[in-house]
Amino acid sequence: MTATLAAPPEKKRAPPQKRPGKHWSRHASAWLWLAPALIIFGLFKFVPMARAISMSFHEVRPYLGDRWVGLDNYRTVLGDEAFRAAAGHTLVLALGETLGSLVIGLALALLLEGTARHLWFVRTAVFLPTVTAMAVVAALWRVIYYPAPDGALNVVLGWIGLGPGQYLDSPHTSLWSVMAVGIWRGAPYDMMIFIAGLAGVDRTLYEAAAADGAGPLRRLWHVAFPAMRPVFGIVVTLAAIRGLRVFTEIFLLTNGGPNGSTEVVMTLVYKLGLERNELGIASAGSMLLLVATIALTVLTQMLRRRS
Amino acid sequence: MRQLDTALGLGAIRGPLGRIVKVALYALVVFVFAGPLLALLVSAFGRVTDPTKLTLIPHDLTLDNFRTAFDQGVLRYLANSLVVVGGGLLLQIAVSVTAAYALARKQFPGVRIVLFLILSTMMLPEEILAIPLSLVLADVPVLHVNLIGSLAGMIVPVGAWAFAILVMTEFMRDVPIELEEAARIDGAGDLRIFWSVILPVCRPALGVLGIFGFTMIWDQYILPLLVAQDAKQFTLALALRSLRADEQVGTGVLIASALLALLPSVVVFLALQRQFMRGLTSGAIKG
Repeated sequence: MTATLAAPPEKKRAPPQKRPGKHWSRHASAWLWLAPALIIFGLFKFVPMARAISMSFHEVRPYLGDRWVGLDNYRTVLGDEAFRAAAGHTLVLALGETLGSLVIGLALALLLEGTARHLWFVRTAVFLPTVTAMAVVAALWRVIYYPAPDGALNVVLGWIGLGPGQYLDSPHTSLWSVMAVGIWRGAPYDMMIFIAGLAGVDRTLYEAAAADGAGPLRRLWHVAFPAMRPVFGIVVTLAAIRGLRVFTEIFLLTNGGPNGSTEVVMTLVYKLGLERNELGIASAGSMLLLVATIALTVLTQMLRRRS
Repeated sequence: MRQLDTALGLGAIRGPLGRIVKVALYALVVFVFAGPLLALLVSAFGRVTDPTKLTLIPHDLTLDNFRTAFDQGVLRYLANSLVVVGGGLLLQIAVSVTAAYALARKQFPGVRIVLFLILSTMMLPEEILAIPLSLVLADVPVLHVNLIGSLAGMIVPVGAWAFAILVMTEFMRDVPIELEEAARIDGAGDLRIFWSVILPVCRPALGVLGIFGFTMIWDQYILPLLVAQDAKQFTLALALRSLRADEQVGTGVLIASALLALLPSVVVFLALQRQFMRGLTSGAIKG
């Protein structure tokens, strides 16, 4: 959730009175305190990670032993039409959800910023989608998107004169429909971070700008936004990383359909690995996604350092 | 002069027209974001035979949906979910506070490497590791146990979570060292200091860990998907998909079950809302 949380600054504290001769046992006890976390991370993060790297260079053959194939799996994946299409969908989805959540989250934050009690109530109501489990969100939205003319969304859109749509059931609208669900759940999260960012803006600057005759929009552009630049960076990074590894919403909303129009990298990898048992090729696909995630994180960290 | 306490100064808009526009906008955003969840609540108690009967207006109240859902074994799935979230949360908190104690209070060679390793796990989500993770779960290295088909397989892997460890570490760094030194002079050992000096001071942070851990574990999907072998180990989240595929069951049952999966997270969020906001801002803004 907060991949950008940097290592806390090394505060130089006077070390607790060193007892001579107790050096070794002091360090041993630190490792003992860390052991549960390191063991669980080791078994369920780093070992799988190592297995994935190794499998991506092998043809995995149960009972026969794995065969080294070098970069063949990567070549297969990158040459595969379906994988390239899935990578494209992943990018569109990550970009759309990131930008959509950013814009709507910012609008919500500006609308709902403040200390009044009724604002707190509205904020709480708006925030609920974010704490709702994805499985519930997907079940609910499949019902809302029901493609009949009297499906819930079609009825609501009918009020404002918009025609019935097929949403998840049409290859033309399915990716956008999934994206809308992602934004529905992501925008309130961004809103809360923006509100926290806005709370840090010096109020007297608003007064000063207003005294100089600046309207609300110019106050926003010249006072609030510059002060919130780091917040924008965080929101974008988090959302983009979340977007690239999207799996559950696709798996539950469309499972890649109709006609592959919403297939993303992770659903494709899941099908390759666990349904068709192509473990090597599937691992190569996941590694490519991991590399993209790491590259994105490093890039945004570097950009943030610079600014 | 007008009081400007927000960027747009909306609070200062007073006239009747401005008020109406504001209230309309509030109603619109509540309708869009909370409306679907409210429809879930209302429809769960209505006669919902197919997806077109989703409604915000209660009529024809009935408990039939829940009765049928319980016949379908939904209570068992709910129990599984509660066991996983309870066990996972206890383990996660225990693991986070002990690790944080070492990171915040001990000086040892390699502390930077450990911090880097913990941070790097944030880039290794279950999604990306799904396939090797399913192999590891079937035969855990060194221990050689098979966690597939047991709830333990959904609990143990979520026990260590980088976010929880880092939030706790940051909090413990701010506990005055004098407290610890005083106890040490009185002859207290690590365990005693940890238990009766550090932990009590960290109680507010435990609330943050609780709400985030709950939300994170309750939202788990791919891990239970990899671990569950048959319906007996289904969590509610997993069950929603098979209920949907079952033509016999009907939308009402699906909606009632979805509501059961929604309520715990909403209740926990409302109860620990303040801690949630604190975690959100401390985790995301500092950096």
